[in-house]
Amino acid sequence: MYKVKVGKKILSLNEEYAAKNRRFLAGHNKPCLNMISSPGSGKTAILARTITELKGRIRIGVIEGDIQTELDAERIRATGAPAVQINTAGACHLTAVQVAEALKKLPIDELDLIFIENVGNLVCPSTFELGETAKIAVLSVPEGDDKPAKYPAIFARAKALLINKVDLLEAVDFDIERAKADVLKLNRDIRIFAVSAKTGQGLEQWCDWLAERTNKAKGKQA
Amino acid sequence: MHELMVAQSLLASIGAEAEEQNAKPLAAKISCGIFNAINDDTLLFAFEAIAKGTICEGVKLNISHKPIQARCRNCRNIFEFDIASPRCKNCHSDDFELMPDPPLLLEEIEFDTE
Repeated sequence: MYKVKVGKKILSLNEEYAAKNRRFLAGHNKPCLNMISSPGSGKTAILARTITELKGRIRIGVIEGDIQTELDAERIRATGAPAVQINTAGACHLTAVQVAEALKKLPIDELDLIFIENVGNLVCPSTFELGETAKIAVLSVPEGDDKPAKYPAIFARAKALLINKVDLLEAVDFDIERAKADVLKLNRDIRIFAVSAKTGQGLEQWCDWLAERTNKAKGKQA
Repeated sequence: MHELMVAQSLLASIGAEAEEQNAKPLAAKISCGIFNAINDDTLLFAFEAIAKGTICEGVKLNISHKPIQARCRNCRNIFEFDIASPRCKNCHSDDFELMPDPPLLLEEIEFDTE
């Protein structure tokens, strides 16, 4: 019996494509945000509202990841923004090669910012780099304030967290200060926005933050 | 569920190495960061299922989960991040940044000499 040292990254193929996507996005100077949350937290509703709020300021394109259907891409297109749907046919996360294909289908030169809406799943997508500029986490209040403590990976790595459905705070036992404190323990630099995609509450600050980041990236080009 | 994808990638890597060595692989050592969403039982099950009938059939996977390092912004100390007590081990500051996750790595393969 003998041993051979290998030292090979198991997901090296995904990482190669992620690096390719990163180069493509940097070459076009387009920031790209990978949005991760449980199913039903309101990612698509937030995106649709955000696109509408930022109309005339920031042009947004969306890559939608779902196990089945074109429903989410249709909701995005209804706002007038371009959307490409990826169906993973059972897989619990998007991979960089799928995103590479989708990026080719977006009118990249007509956009300022690209969102990737990952498959609804709080666990698996954080392991698969897609070449994004940053990750954005969404947590909705009916899910419970203990989720950052129970599923730390995405909250530790995200640049921003949207706590959605705050219009339901009175109906559910969600201690927003506890959730925030648990997230900040893992990630001091994260920006936290308490929002409701339904009523529009808190979206102005989120949109301003997005616009500021996007314009900064554009400024680099000029 | 993504463990199946990890298992497929492992099978290809171990298979390729086995071909190069022209030997039967017996075991493989794998490591990943604690934030890598790898469930050991799921990965073992997936690997066993797809390895059937290949040179990797019966290969034993040893999976270790590595801690994540953090850098203190107060005293610059680099320490092992502990989720139960997220503070600098040196100055006890809670102002720190997490270092990148250790990658999902195929570290070593054990081969039969026969």
